[in-house]
Amino acid sequence: MKNKILPFSVMIIFGIIFFIFYKGLEDSKIYTPDVNTKKEIPVFNSKEFFSRENVKSSSIFELDKFYLLNIWSSWCVPCRQEHPFLMNLNLDNEVNIIGMNYKDNLKNAENFLKELGNPYKEIFIDLDGTIAIEWGAYGVPESFLIYNNQIIKKYIGPLNKELVNEINLLIK
Amino acid sequence: MKIIRFFLIVILFYTFSALRADELDKRNNITKNLRCLVCQGQSIYDSDSEFATSLKILVDRKIDEGLTDAEIYEYFKNKYGEWILYDPKLNKNTYILWFMPLLIFLLGGAIIFKKLKKKHN
Amino acid sequence: MIYSLIGYYSLIVGLIIGLSLFYFSYKNFNNSNILDTKILSFTFLQLFFVVISFLCLISSFVISDFSNETVFNNSHTTKPLFYKISGTWGNHEGSLLLWLLVLTLFIFLFLVRTKNQPVKYKILTLVFQQIIIVGFFLFLIKLSNPFNYIFPIPTEGLGLNPILQDPALAIHPPVLYLGYVGSSIIFSSVLAATSLKIISTSWASHIKKWILISWIFLTLGILLGSIWAYYELGWGGFWFWDPVENVSLMPWLALTTLLHCILVLEKKSILTSWVIILSIATFTLSMCGTFLVRSGILNSVHTFANDPERGLFILVFLFILIFLSILIFFFFHKDNERKSYSFFWLSKETSILINNWFMMYFLSVVLIGTVYPIFLDVISSQKISVGPPFYHKLIIPFLIPFLLMMAIGPKLKWIKSQLEDKIYLISFLIISILLAFLVLKNFNHNILINTILISSALYLFFMTLRDFFLQKYKNISQNIAHFGFSLLILSILFNNLFASEIITNLKVGETFENSKTKIVFESVDQKKEKNYNVIVANFFISNLNGEEDRFSPELRIYNQPVIATSEADIKTTLMSDKFIVINLVQNQDFFNVRYQVKPFMLWIWLSVILISFGGIVSFLQKRS
Repeated sequence: MKNKILPFSVMIIFGIIFFIFYKGLEDSKIYTPDVNTKKEIPVFNSKEFFSRENVKSSSIFELDKFYLLNIWSSWCVPCRQEHPFLMNLNLDNEVNIIGMNYKDNLKNAENFLKELGNPYKEIFIDLDGTIAIEWGAYGVPESFLIYNNQIIKKYIGPLNKELVNEINLLIK
Repeated sequence: MKIIRFFLIVILFYTFSALRADELDKRNNITKNLRCLVCQGQSIYDSDSEFATSLKILVDRKIDEGLTDAEIYEYFKNKYGEWILYDPKLNKNTYILWFMPLLIFLLGGAIIFKKLKKKHN
Repeated sequence: MIYSLIGYYSLIVGLIIGLSLFYFSYKNFNNSNILDTKILSFTFLQLFFVVISFLCLISSFVISDFSNETVFNNSHTTKPLFYKISGTWGNHEGSLLLWLLVLTLFIFLFLVRTKNQPVKYKILTLVFQQIIIVGFFLFLIKLSNPFNYIFPIPTEGLGLNPILQDPALAIHPPVLYLGYVGSSIIFSSVLAATSLKIISTSWASHIKKWILISWIFLTLGILLGSIWAYYELGWGGFWFWDPVENVSLMPWLALTTLLHCILVLEKKSILTSWVIILSIATFTLSMCGTFLVRSGILNSVHTFANDPERGLFILVFLFILIFLSILIFFFFHKDNERKSYSFFWLSKETSILINNWFMMYFLSVVLIGTVYPIFLDVISSQKISVGPPFYHKLIIPFLIPFLLMMAIGPKLKWIKSQLEDKIYLISFLIISILLAFLVLKNFNHNILINTILISSALYLFFMTLRDFFLQKYKNISQNIAHFGFSLLILSILFNNLFASEIITNLKVGETFENSKTKIVFESVDQKKEKNYNVIVANFFISNLNGEEDRFSPELRIYNQPVIATSEADIKTTLMSDKFIVINLVQNQDFFNVRYQVKPFMLWIWLSVILISFGGIVSFLQKRS
């Protein structure tokens, strides 16, 4: 009897390992941070994009309103793709779009807005990329849907038609 | 008097530069233990991505604010999840990770000890 | 295009030969005392066709035949010839063809070189090896065909990733695979020997040569990978505990353990079960590594293009081999050493057992650290990272007794021994501790653990050095390898402890200065090379000792594919490396400059070469 327990348990252990590897094959191994986090928005100080005056986060985000914070940059190619969607979203006027200009040359950024239009209600500057980290972002573009100073949903990568529809559903 | 002042300055300079070096060490140690989210195989220290450069600046700032290593790790863990830490903390998810090798070591020791003891029977 | 056709059909023929070999083996196994000549010639033919196929792929790369999908994906007309050739094995399909080449080469050599062993054993080894070979033929032909045809024929290829265009990396895969895949012959042989119950001292000394070959190539292969990471990745490190590196370290640890263990089996018929398990584990770990790397299940810097179907094939194949081995092990192997042998605590056997014990521990740390995130993710969807701090914390403390054992173990005799020259042993220990303390006395943190570590490494260093001169070349291979290992640990420690680094942002014309070093950023040139554009930055660096050097690190923008890379400029001297690398910063007119002084860098490479040289000496030695 004892002679049979060992082989069987070894077989079973390897069977389990096989199963776990098999399961592990299924999903992508590229890590993305959780997108559905109910977190307080961070507090930060920055400069306003056009006037270069100091702004505080508390003066930008008011309670009881929906905000979409969009991190963008003129050197970022996907930002160009998503820009028309932001323009459309702005037309509906249901949500206030706030821009965070990420590690950009301000001249280029202004030209970018002149060329493609300005959907943002307010823009502030993140020159060294540290404010983006405070928000838990790690690239451009990323967008955050905010209500009552809480992050409702996070979008990594450019927005598209489906995502804009989703935002419209969420803010109703 | 002049000599004393000179010495004071030298001593001050040395302590200050030692302090600076320690801070740099600390920053390097911390960034080596943080994983870059952009190029996912590298540490922040090794990476030159935009994200990593900004994160290094932020680590410097946190050190200047006087945060301890543990607090800085906690801060980034809150932002990006456990994944960003290269040095997994001991908790219910990682008991097996930390203790399994040690258990194997003890088991191996036991087997060898048994083999050696047989002599006396 | 003609090459692709020949290459593809050569593979098919190779597969058919493999299948027919099962038939011949079956016929030969039951009724013969001599090896059927057909078996030998068919094995040779199989090797021949794989070589033809491999040459065809190389030719397709050389002539840039873009009708071949593999060439299209990995080559470009402007690439230098050397990298066109090395591009052959720099991708998934080509590297698997290289696997197959090594598999068939080893079984052919095995059949030719093995004498004085039973015919049945040779045949059975061939059968097990053919199972592996046929598996890989199927995998290559069905899921990773290197000769896929594309139409319309593109006029230009996509190019090889520039970080793979490096001399060390060009020869890294062939060398690594000779070790990695070479262990397959140990696997097949041990299964055959177990089935026939002929595991004995004579089998041990016969298989030892094959273990040594694999071990030497694996050691050198890992070294080349490390050198590549140091020179090409531009981070100034040489080992990152990245999963892909771990995956090559695991078979090495198993193989090194086996190498020590086989010495015991060679002298007396003990530890047979353990030798069988280790032999199986070595190749299984190689296969497991291939699975982890090729399936994309791991998140690593060096990922191959991944495809879940391929991962599944290797996984199923791997576990078929594992279950086959388990069955054979439990069914045929009867452990009958229990009554006959016991160990004395102070003997060579015991010291080798202790070596095995520590090696297995190191192996378990690396294995668990590598696969644990996958397990955790599947079981609880928690995602964590396991990085260098984990490995350092669990490995470094255990290195200390390990090093001490390494110094004393080889001095012991078989069966029962006494420590001779106790005075020497102790006085060397005291000298080592004093010396370590002297070296580190100005060092401020972690002084205790570092002193102990350096003392034990120095102890091994002195002991092996003394043996080298006193033992009159008795057991010289072991002596060299252990000496190399002490040198490796010492160089790594000094390299870590006394490295210095400056990270700063500089514009052209600016100067950085601290108490020890002055860095002048003199100028920037732009140049155009055959397959990349380059920005060369010129630096002048001087330090307190009056050393002055000029450095020209580069930023390269490759044309195909368009990728920007940083080329570090490294000045290597006997005592230290100076390493400088620059990077662009988005929308800024300064460069990020990283300057490192890394002592004893060269010694890390040299000591690993010394370790494998120990293996080579052992391989060339006549059996006494």
